[in-house]
Parts: sequence; structure tokens; C-alpha cells
Amino acid sequence: MTWLLERIFGRIPLGWLQLINRKGRFASAVIGVGFAVSLVLFQLGFIGALSGSVTLPYQAMRADIILSGPDARTLTDGTAIPRQRVYEALSIPNVDSASPLFIGTAFYEVPNGRDASFRVFGVDPATMPDFWAPEIAVFAPVLEVARTGVIDRTSRSIPEAFLDSIGTGHPKMLILNGIATGLVGSFEIGAGFDADGYIFVSPRTFFQIFPEQSDTTPAHVFVRVAEGADATVVAGQIAQQFDPAETLTRTLEEAIEDEVRVQTVEAPIGIIFGFGALMGVFVGSVIVFQVLSTEVTDHIKEYATLKAVGYRNPFFSGVILEQAAILGLAGFVPGALLANMLYGMIAGATGLPMVMDRERLIFVLIGTLLACGLSGLMAARRLSSAQPAELY
Amino acid sequence: MGPAIETDGLDYAFGKDDARTQVLFDITLRIERGEVVVLKGASGSGKTTLLTILACLRAMQGGKAQVLGYDLSEIDDATRIEVRRRLGFIFQAHNLHDALTAMQNVRMGLELHGRKAMRNWQDPVLHLLTVLGLEDRATYKPRHLSGGQKQRVAIARALIANPELVFADEPTAALDAENGRRVIEILQRLGRERGTTSVIVTHDQRVIDMASRVLTLSHGCIVSDISQTAPSADGHLKGTAA
Repeated sequence: MTWLLERIFGRIPLGWLQLINRKGRFASAVIGVGFAVSLVLFQLGFIGALSGSVTLPYQAMRADIILSGPDARTLTDGTAIPRQRVYEALSIPNVDSASPLFIGTAFYEVPNGRDASFRVFGVDPATMPDFWAPEIAVFAPVLEVARTGVIDRTSRSIPEAFLDSIGTGHPKMLILNGIATGLVGSFEIGAGFDADGYIFVSPRTFFQIFPEQSDTTPAHVFVRVAEGADATVVAGQIAQQFDPAETLTRTLEEAIEDEVRVQTVEAPIGIIFGFGALMGVFVGSVIVFQVLSTEVTDHIKEYATLKAVGYRNPFFSGVILEQAAILGLAGFVPGALLANMLYGMIAGATGLPMVMDRERLIFVLIGTLLACGLSGLMAARRLSSAQPAELY
Repeated sequence: MGPAIETDGLDYAFGKDDARTQVLFDITLRIERGEVVVLKGASGSGKTTLLTILACLRAMQGGKAQVLGYDLSEIDDATRIEVRRRLGFIFQAHNLHDALTAMQNVRMGLELHGRKAMRNWQDPVLHLLTVLGLEDRATYKPRHLSGGQKQRVAIARALIANPELVFADEPTAALDAENGRRVIEILQRLGRERGTTSVIVTHDQRVIDMASRVLTLSHGCIVSDISQTAPSADGHLKGTAA
């Protein structure tokens, strides 16, 4: 390593040699930086999982345009809109079909006493093939039967054996909000932060589970445009027809963008994860600053001696930055490995899409090096107290 | 080639206004190339302040001073560093890097002179360490060296780049008689062979005896300037007042 660094820098790798000369301190610093890196990656992993999980149901949608209440920013918030928007939308040129979507959260009492929550979509079986992925739409005929539903097979809190048995033989009963619902099939979307899974039912079943909701006010209206028509243009035409104070018109892509932004940037959970990531950066920076400051203080007379014989300030900054980069890199590797291990554990335990992607790793590596570099430059300011004249 | 050092009416004071304390008064001297000059005097006499000014480590105040032809009152910070690169520094505290071996510490004195100076750097470094009796300690780190050995490594670091002028503060304080004599002999030989000038602050009579010239400071003034040319019967050099 020393030989390699000597070739890279074209000089004695003083920073590296000083770091490894005090192995205990070096190990502590690497562990500290590694912990901070894993904390940042962990928090970013949650933000990524949050962002990924909130878009999961959208990936099953085949709508081109979504009509919602004026205050809606996510799938589950905002006021409901009049069902007549379905018919009004159908009267607009290039609109091929439209269908209401009812959304509710139902609870199921798991045998261990904990409540599992399910996001229940009430969808019109007649238009399901237009608006949902074939894997889900294939169940449209069986949903016509009262009190039947299909469930996300990746749902949390439901025994795996129970989920595996769905679709074989008789319907498997699940008590949702006190209403026995026969599960006749399963599909795969994935669990999210605010629900343990998804269930699709017909509107008739939906209002049995959610009697407080009205069939005249769906949460959203899905619109599909005619083949060859531009969804953005049609969305513009629809928006002109409706009072924006009453109806929000967005393309599916715009709705996804809103959902991700609100959940990851504006919602408390996203802010908490973001703050956690910032804390990691702060903790790592403080550790590096402390270690490098101590290094500078411990060697202030040696640095003053080098200043006296003619070494210039860039040399000293280079030594400190060399140490900062080494601490950053040495801490990043175990930190990333630890975070990757934690991702696997969390994904296995919760079903959340915790995935370590290359972009995030590169982003955190660059961030780590920048934070370490900044801490190094701050620590290097202490070098100004190295006065060669005081050596005599 | 002019003198190594020339001063005229050099003054220096610490502090300002009521707290101002003048430590050097009207220092005028000329030190030729190749001389081995000892600066001596009681504590607080101003010898260290004079040394740091001449070594370009402290800014000038009053008077004139030329070092290796540079007017110290006129040079900027960049030039000051350039001048220092032509000097050798031996401090009372060795200030070696604890993470570097003796060879690497000496190499630090060579490295700032660029790639050309670094070609086959091991040969001159090992040679100098051998001359100083450290050939078997070249790969040792300071914590495995005695005080005297550390001091000799520091001396090697100061001399490795063939400085034109060496400033030393009690260079023999940590050395035994033989090694102390060896260091002064090296400085004498450098003076004879390369014209290297040495300015040494010391109270060590062995060093004073071997110097070619002894300047004595008292209360910021040079009170005696004695050139020593020939050893006396008792081994001491005869002095002639300048």
C-alpha cells in the first residue's frame, strides 16, 4: 500500500504512514466513518424503498390519465370527486374509457393480536382489463361475485401457507373490517410503508367493507385515451373542461411524480429518513474532523519543521486531504457491506424493496469523500498555528 | 560571491506600544561563506531572535540584512520560502516524524527539491547516515532511537540537500563527546569543501572551541566578535577580536 501510494503521489505518503502509525486510532476512525456511511446508506435505502413502494401500485395501473380531487397529491389523500366525472370524461374526444377507483384501508386482526392493514381498491370488473395489469385484470370475472377479492401474495402479516393456498380450491376467508371476504386469487405488487398489502374487490364488495363510503364519490377516476392519442394533450383538453378548483387532471406519470415527491420530501416519514441521512453525514464529518485535527495537533512541531525547511501550504493540505481520502475510502467499504447486509435483513423481514443500487453507492462514495475532504480542509486550518520561528 | 550574511543596524522588538520590548539593538555583522560561527550569550540576550531573523523565519523590522544575497527587508513570502530551501535547519528538538524511518525522515529534507534531487536518493541518504554513525539504524523509527541518534537523524535531514547556510540551535546538546565532535567536523568540512556557512547557537564549550568565529551577544547587542584561527597548546583555539 505504501509503495502504491508513493507511486501515486510521487512522494512519501506521509498522511498514510501517520495514520497507520497509530493503528488503534486509525481503526476507531475507520469504524466511525463506516458506521456513518452505513447510516447514510441505510436511510437512503429507506427513502429508496419508500419511493419504490409508493410507486408499486402505479406500476400495476394501465390508466393514461387520473382525475382526482383538487387537493390530491397521493393515491390516498385528497377529497373524493363526483362519479359523474366518469361520464363527463367519456364525452371528451380521444377518451376511450373511464372508470372510478374507490380506495379504503381495511384492517385484519392477525391471530397474534396485531392489526394488519390492507389497501383495498374497489374497481369495476367490467373495465379492469383497460386499467390494470393483466395479472390482476384476469380476476375480473370472479370479482363479480359478492364478497370476493384477490390479494397481493407478498402481503406482510399473513401466514405464507395461507397466501400460498389462495386460488386452490375454495375461497380463503379473510375478515376485513369485520366482513368475511373470500380470497379467490393472488397477484404481486409488494408491501409498502403504510399498508401490509393490497386487495382488489368489486365496488359492491367494497361498500360492504366500507359502508361509510359513497358509491357516488370515488377517490379517483381513471381515463384511458384512444389509441394513437397523446395522453398529455388529452389531459390538457380534460383539464379545460373541469374547474381546477374541483378536479385535478394529471397524466399517470405526473401522478407518480407527485406521489414520490410528497412521500419522500414533504411527508414526515420522508423528512425523517432524509434527516437520518444528514445525521450520518454530520456524524461522519465530525469523526473525520476530530481525527484529523488530533493528527495535526499531535504533529504540529513536525509540520512546523517542514514549513521551516521550505515546504509550502499545498503540501500540508495535500497530506491532510490524503488522510481524509484514506479514512473515507477505508470507512466506505465496511460501511457499504454492513448496509448491504442490513438491506437484505430489512427486505426479508418487511417485504420493502430495499435494494442497493450502483448509483446510490457511487453517490454516497462521492459524498463521503467530499465530506471527509471538507473536514480535512477545516482541520488543515490548524496548521496555521505551526510557526517555524517558535521551533528555535 | 558576496558574504553569506551581512547586517547593518538590525533592530527587533516584540510587542507594541507600552508592551514593546526591544531585544536586538543595532546588530551589524558580516559572515563570510565557509565560516563556522558560534553565537553565544546568556538566556534572553537575543541570539535566538537573531538566528530566526537571519534564517528567514521571522520578518525584519529595522535595519538591513542580506542572506545569500537576498535583501530580507524586500523579499516577499514566496521568495522567503525559496531562500529557506537553500538553508539547513538543526533544531534543539529533533522534531522527527514518528511514522517515518530514519531514512524517510532524511528523505523529507531532499524531497522538496524536486524529482532531480530524488534520483537515487537512497545513496546520499545512506552515506550521510553512515557518516553520522547511523548506518545500522537507517530503517528504524524514532521511537526505537536514542535521543542522540534522533538528533543525528535531524542533522542528516538538515544537511542532505547540501545547504549553503546552516542554522543550528544547540546541535550537540543530546550528543556524546565523540558524536558532537563528529557533527562539528562535518560542518567544518562542508565549510572548507563547499563553502557552507554554519551559524550555531550553543553553550557547548567543545563546539565553541572548534568554531572559526565566536560572536557574543548581551542584552541584544554584539559585545564581542572573536575569530579563532589556531589551536592552543591546551587544545583551545586562539582568538583575535574583530
